[in-house]
Amino acid sequence: MIIKFTLNGRSRKVDVEPATPVTDLLRETLNLTGTHVGCDTSQCGACTVLFNGDAVKSCTLLAPSLDGAALTTIEGLSGSSGSNRLHPMQEAFHENHGLQCGFCTPGMVMTAVALVTRNPAPTEAEVRHGLEGNLCRCTGYQNIVASVMAGAVAMNEPAIGE
Amino acid sequence: MKSFAFHSPGTVPDAFALLNDVSESKLLAGGMTLLPTIKQRLAEPAALIDLAKIPQLSAITVDGDALVIGAMARHIDVVTSAIVRSKVPMLAHLAAGIGDPAVRNRGTIGGSVANNDPSADYPAAVLALDAIIVTDRREIPASAFFTGLFETSLEPNEIITSIRFPIPSTAGYAKFKSPASRYAVVGVCVAKAGGRVRVAVTGAGPCVFRVPEMETALEARFEPGAIASIKITAARLNSDIHADAEYRAHLVTVMAKKAVAAAIQGL
Repeated sequence: MIIKFTLNGRSRKVDVEPATPVTDLLRETLNLTGTHVGCDTSQCGACTVLFNGDAVKSCTLLAPSLDGAALTTIEGLSGSSGSNRLHPMQEAFHENHGLQCGFCTPGMVMTAVALVTRNPAPTEAEVRHGLEGNLCRCTGYQNIVASVMAGAVAMNEPAIGE
Repeated sequence: MKSFAFHSPGTVPDAFALLNDVSESKLLAGGMTLLPTIKQRLAEPAALIDLAKIPQLSAITVDGDALVIGAMARHIDVVTSAIVRSKVPMLAHLAAGIGDPAVRNRGTIGGSVANNDPSADYPAAVLALDAIIVTDRREIPASAFFTGLFETSLEPNEIITSIRFPIPSTAGYAKFKSPASRYAVVGVCVAKAGGRVRVAVTGAGPCVFRVPEMETALEARFEPGAIASIKITAARLNSDIHADAEYRAHLVTVMAKKAVAAAIQGL
């Protein structure tokens, strides 16, 4: 079936088998491998993307559900105009060493962006609660939480330059 | 995943027609249970009929003395609804504790109620508030809806359109959650409406159930102490590696007391 949706700000039209999880569509068909597949059972959150602005696990979202929707993946966060500039939340993970092996990082960042968009000044407890659906097998949560706290501040600062 | 066809009807009658005409078809709401079930090959439907493109199924409204939540309202919609927060704040609190943010962004009240998972949160609220399950053809009282483990009185081609909750004078929900997945190991909802109290327990048994002894005690005296000495029997409760039946029986009293305290605080 043909689906039309907005992917990272660009209109896309794709022919998909209905029984296709969005993870497969992104990674196998569209070559966007920033979205990681960890557990493939909606436990770990490594595959988190923004579906109409909401954080969802793309392993448990069917490609046909994208029809008419807006999808943002980790690739869509950084400079939309072709620059390599990182999103403030990505920058905060970099600055605060919010990763060890890095496998969970794309999902952590997407969940964090959605969290701060909904709640611009979260408390540490709210950040920890908000990350409940994202697992870090390195158990590096301390720096991840610090990163999200810093990223929340940075996301609320007026953009400089551009 | 084994291949299947995908349909997105725009109205409930169209969804019903597809459900009747396409063999081996299943309704898709948020997919938080159905999609993992299909991926594990525990279900192999030939077609999915998606309810996401029927906008009126997501409405949250007040109708007389009832709060009406559309079947496709997501958990996050219930958490953030000003109407829910002012009329039955317990439901917003309950929905905020389901799964994790990504699950709450997809999972729906209709899907949860139709699935009747023994550890789901919503069935406790539906039964304690004496809600009505409104379908495409009838209204089913909660007391006649939940019939057993993953079983309801829905007909195979019946579609839930909304849940109608009579607005209580107060209600509270408390659960002992699984630390990994946050489902209810034991969850208790207590609701007071007029002089009547209803206590509904999820997670503990194969299907949500009421505790009449606690209801009578709370009607006489609505405070946690009134039920502190009421113990339920472990005989027909669930036992698994997370909690055995004796422990679940104990938790019912503990969570019921917390639910009463929450109700008194207006949660």
